[in-house]
Amino acid sequence: MRATVLVRPKPGILDPQGEAVLGSLRQLGFAVGDARVGRVVDLELENGDREQARADLERMCEQLLANPLIESYEIELVEDA
Amino acid sequence: MSTTEPKPRIAVVTFPGSNDDRDAAHALAQLGAEPVAVWHADDELPDVRAVVLPGGFSYGDYLRAGALARFAPVMEAVRALAAGGGLVLGICNGFQVLCEAGLLPGALRPNHSLSFVCRDVPLTVERTDTPFTGRCAKGQRLSIPIKHGEGCFFAGPELLSELEASGQIVLRYEGENPNGSVAGIAGVVNAEGNVMGLMPHPEHAVDPLIGSGSTDGALLLGSLVDAARVSVVEHAAVS
Repeated sequence: MRATVLVRPKPGILDPQGEAVLGSLRQLGFAVGDARVGRVVDLELENGDREQARADLERMCEQLLANPLIESYEIELVEDA
Repeated sequence: MSTTEPKPRIAVVTFPGSNDDRDAAHALAQLGAEPVAVWHADDELPDVRAVVLPGGFSYGDYLRAGALARFAPVMEAVRALAAGGGLVLGICNGFQVLCEAGLLPGALRPNHSLSFVCRDVPLTVERTDTPFTGRCAKGQRLSIPIKHGEGCFFAGPELLSELEASGQIVLRYEGENPNGSVAGIAGVVNAEGNVMGLMPHPEHAVDPLIGSGSTDGALLLGSLVDAARVSVVEHAAVS
């Protein structure tokens, strides 16, 4: 089973990377209102049980992949074809 | 200072990527302590009452600065030392590690400017009744170098007012805010007051031969040495 974890700076948290990207996109002439830069973590899970995998992923995010004080996360589980 | 004995042993932890561990040990030795080098993979600390987590880029700052170091085996021992009232000082990356570990409140984010800042900064001492600022005067202005890319201290409005109310803000940047930290925060302590983190590098401002010649860092690290000495004596009396 594979999973993708998206980690984003929470709303209201200043994201200087996003601001820099926004500035550059505007400089290139694109009409962009806002830009936020997060992180993608692709995982290959050895556990085949979907429920267990989801529970594990939650714990991975809380303990390591995200800092809940400043970041939100989203988990996508992908079954192997 | 009334006494310089016993020489307090202070652990200095080296993580893969730490680079100020030797400077910290050198400064502590100059200030009358006996620094003890500890490797991150050790699961216990030697017989010490104080530990310094030094600056650097532990684990390459991967994921978030300090996020991986917090799970190093030695951190359990650091947590236990802190829980038992031992003294813990995190400098720069060490501060980031302590925040990630939940031993200090808040988080450190990339600098507003996105630039790495490396220069002496003026600081104001907000509190002198901590083991890390005993040699300072309230409101004293210190000049100590910073060198970091992720030193922007963040606390939400609720946490910030809690920190202000409980007097956990120990050091603030004076004048220009070099990294965008909320309320100009440069250093905080935990609620109990025995764990401190700061972005400036006191170990680089102890020997006048290094840096710009300021020795203000000796006030902070010297305070830690004083407090560690007292802690050793008290601890020995109890046990």
